[in-house]
Amino acid sequence: MAENKPPIVDIANLSKAYRRGDQIIPVLRDISFTIAEGEFLALMGPSGSGKSTLLNLIAGIDKADDGIIRIGGVDITRLPEAELAHWRGGNVGFIFQFYNLLPVLTAFENVELPLLLTRLSRRERRMHVEAVLRMVNLADRMDHYPSQLSGGQQQRVAIARAVITDPAILVADEPTGDLDRTSAEEILFLMDRLVHELGKTIIMVTHDPRAAGKAHVVRHLEKGILTA
Amino acid sequence: MFILKLIIRNAFRHKLRSILTIVGVAIAVLAFGLLRTLVGLWYLGAENASATRLVTRNAISLVFSLPISYKERIRQVPGVQGVSWGNWFGGIYIDEKHFFANYAVDPKTYLDLYPEFVLPPDQKKNFFLDRKGCIVGRKLADLYGWKVGDLITLKGTIFPGQWEFVLRGIYKGAEKSTEERVLLFHWDYLNETLRKTVARRADQAGFYMIGVAKPELAAQVSADVDAIFKNSLAETLTETEKAFHMSFISMTEAIMVAIQIVSYMVIVIIMVVAANTMAMTARERIVEYATMKTLGFGLFHIGGAICGESLLISGLGGVLGALLSFPAARWIEVELAQFFPSFSLSPLTIMLELAAALMVGAVAAIFPTWRGATIRVAEGLRRIG
Repeated sequence: MAENKPPIVDIANLSKAYRRGDQIIPVLRDISFTIAEGEFLALMGPSGSGKSTLLNLIAGIDKADDGIIRIGGVDITRLPEAELAHWRGGNVGFIFQFYNLLPVLTAFENVELPLLLTRLSRRERRMHVEAVLRMVNLADRMDHYPSQLSGGQQQRVAIARAVITDPAILVADEPTGDLDRTSAEEILFLMDRLVHELGKTIIMVTHDPRAAGKAHVVRHLEKGILTA
Repeated sequence: MFILKLIIRNAFRHKLRSILTIVGVAIAVLAFGLLRTLVGLWYLGAENASATRLVTRNAISLVFSLPISYKERIRQVPGVQGVSWGNWFGGIYIDEKHFFANYAVDPKTYLDLYPEFVLPPDQKKNFFLDRKGCIVGRKLADLYGWKVGDLITLKGTIFPGQWEFVLRGIYKGAEKSTEERVLLFHWDYLNETLRKTVARRADQAGFYMIGVAKPELAAQVSADVDAIFKNSLAETLTETEKAFHMSFISMTEAIMVAIQIVSYMVIVIIMVVAANTMAMTARERIVEYATMKTLGFGLFHIGGAICGESLLISGLGGVLGALLSFPAARWIEVELAQFFPSFSLSPLTIMLELAAALMVGAVAAIFPTWRGATIRVAEGLRRIG
């Protein structure tokens, strides 16, 4: 577990509400906490507690109504949309419940996607992608399309895509939610390796106690409030 | 190149949908091109009219004739280089389905005014010498398999009876657009027969053709000719050949306008269908666009992928439609020759077909591009069901 390191994520007084017609529905209420670098944090709570909303705000794909989110010292709540998109591309890796791979691209091409926005040459991109696919044990599947891969393999491709740019944090929204037990174990093992071997900071939303069991810290959200 | 790869692969992700859309665009483009060509052909006669030929007819109506004595007085008008005369015969070959234009004309003066009717000298000479002789255009001869020397019988309608002619020549048009589905025979043959059968109809010309030295003289010569016969029993109306053709066209202008509107509506309809297809496609891919946005891709990439896919599909439809236009036009020219002696596509029509297809693609991409570009990432990633 990561100890005595400065927090890589610093959240203070974060609030978010959604509007449904005339109704305002608060989703997050005055959330404050920190995440240390190299920490594996699991966010748990009942449906509608605001877990995914909190994850989206940390990832920079949604805007808070109030409060501050600092990641790696950068207050992302103050960044304009274009800058936020650029920051996101280089600092956040996403792992989705349903993998969200582009079905018309091969595993190699899906993993290569984030690198297309960098200045790396084609050869350099190829080297990076092959290295990452080897890391997730899919070097022999790089020319396969998502439809030719199992659920677990697709999630490993998604993880490869998430880490290819060496982001500051990885956010995972129910990464094992669509997987059978064996595949889920493989994914959790891989995420564990990312934390222990590469020192990645992972923030994971999950309902799965087994997944939460892999985390260093488990926090609970209930009706938009951190209870633990 | 990534965008191009994405465009091509996305375009054929749903093969059946893409193929049907391409075929739909192709058919719409084909219909647009053929209708445009039809409208163009309608005005072709007027456009190909000679600028140095005038037509004189009875001012009341083309139904009424003019005395043959007018020819010498017309010949005296300054600026007139040649005068010919004739009658619309309106004879039927076999039955009404085998319609083609047939005229009784003064052969020598008429062919002098129509140099675009190219006739071998021996055939021309034989035609001049044989009062029962006739000449036909090449397309008409090919249609019925006529050869020089054949006997052709027309059933008279305006001038009743069975009229027999010996084919003395087959002319070729000097231009591709020259009419080659006409039969011409001696006016004297018609007139002599009328003197014996219906004398009161003899010595009458249905129209006069006048050749002028320069196009600039057309207006003055027309006025001078009509002035000669003003206040006579058969006043004349002289106009350019183009105006004469346009007077027929104007009777059917409403139909032509309607056809033009239909041709544009066809494009609008396929535009709506293509827009619906692209909208459905974009809706299915919202999560993918949101994912691309989370990875840092912006409007250029997402919009480019959507627009590119729409333009590729519609472009392929346009090319297919344009390619199909050629055999379709050829089929019309062969199978419907009696109505469309020439049915060829102009380069402008082909360009317009392709432009229409691209416009369909561009318009169809508007809403999906806007949706893909403006979707909030968090909203796009949320799944339903």
